[in-house]
Amino acid sequence: MRLDLLSTLNAERAARRAAILVTDIATNEQRVVRESEAAQDPLADLLAERFRSGKSGIVEHGGLQLFFTVQVPPVKIVTIGAVHISQALAPIARQLDFDVTIIDPRTAFATPERFPDVPVLAEWPDAALPRIGLDRYTAMAVLTHDPKIDDPALDAALRAECFYIGALGSKKTHARRVERLTAADFGEEAVARIHAPIGLDIGAVSPAEIALSILAEIVATLRRDRRRK
Amino acid sequence: MLATDTDILKEAEAWKRAGRGVAVATVVETWGSAPRPVGSHLVVDGEGNFLGSVSGGCVEGAVIEEAADVLADGAPRMLEFGVADETAWKVGLSCGGKIRVYVERVD
Repeated sequence: MRLDLLSTLNAERAARRAAILVTDIATNEQRVVRESEAAQDPLADLLAERFRSGKSGIVEHGGLQLFFTVQVPPVKIVTIGAVHISQALAPIARQLDFDVTIIDPRTAFATPERFPDVPVLAEWPDAALPRIGLDRYTAMAVLTHDPKIDDPALDAALRAECFYIGALGSKKTHARRVERLTAADFGEEAVARIHAPIGLDIGAVSPAEIALSILAEIVATLRRDRRRK
Repeated sequence: MLATDTDILKEAEAWKRAGRGVAVATVVETWGSAPRPVGSHLVVDGEGNFLGSVSGGCVEGAVIEEAADVLADGAPRMLEFGVADETAWKVGLSCGGKIRVYVERVD
């Protein structure tokens, strides 16, 4: 592999853009295709399919065996609410190699003392989210119970097509949330993308157990193709 | 932590820029219950230091040995390990899977 190709792959990753390294296995000829250039490429259809699935693999094309190394941006988790659950979630998420950012406008909650190892922003989601940038490789967990804080974040996550969106709260709380989102012109399909009550049903009780159930649900969504049916 | 394959590629670039010889091994095909998915990387330097994994520990030793040859002559190699292969059995891909690993030098 040429160093400049390796360098391009790493630069695309750092910028949170998907890219594919195409290797002709017989000749070791290689090139990098950025997602933004893929539509003009002779292999456009094959590349598009791989960008969608995010899966690397061998592709037969015109009698050639090509290997596509598919690189999609690393997963990040945006947590709304600097609450107990978030304190438990942050270190486990790091072990799982997820980048975590905590957002909560309540300055008593959003302190570096409570979150020593992850970025914590004492701001309203409306102000912080455009700067952070949400995308298809982002998971959003809203945990404050307060519609003033949670709703704008859900709105942004739905629009950005975050791959996972979860919201804390009882069925009753969520029913009212659905009403508000529907009134804000989100369709049934969009609203149904919100996992609520949040987390896999493992009977979680403590904040750490709930954090585990949320992270398990995020992994299960990320790896849905690999799950046993 | 360096658990993700793309972090491993970042490290490979850093090693190369620091003047070390670097080979990248990539899982290109798997059959059966192979422990690491297609696209997983292992990077190896000239001293045999390595990062990442192509099989969760089963055949890493053999890949690192082959990587030394790739670093020496620059020619990429396609390695195949599986239960039918005596060498692979010896190196321990006992999980019943079969994998193909492409090893190339960073130039």
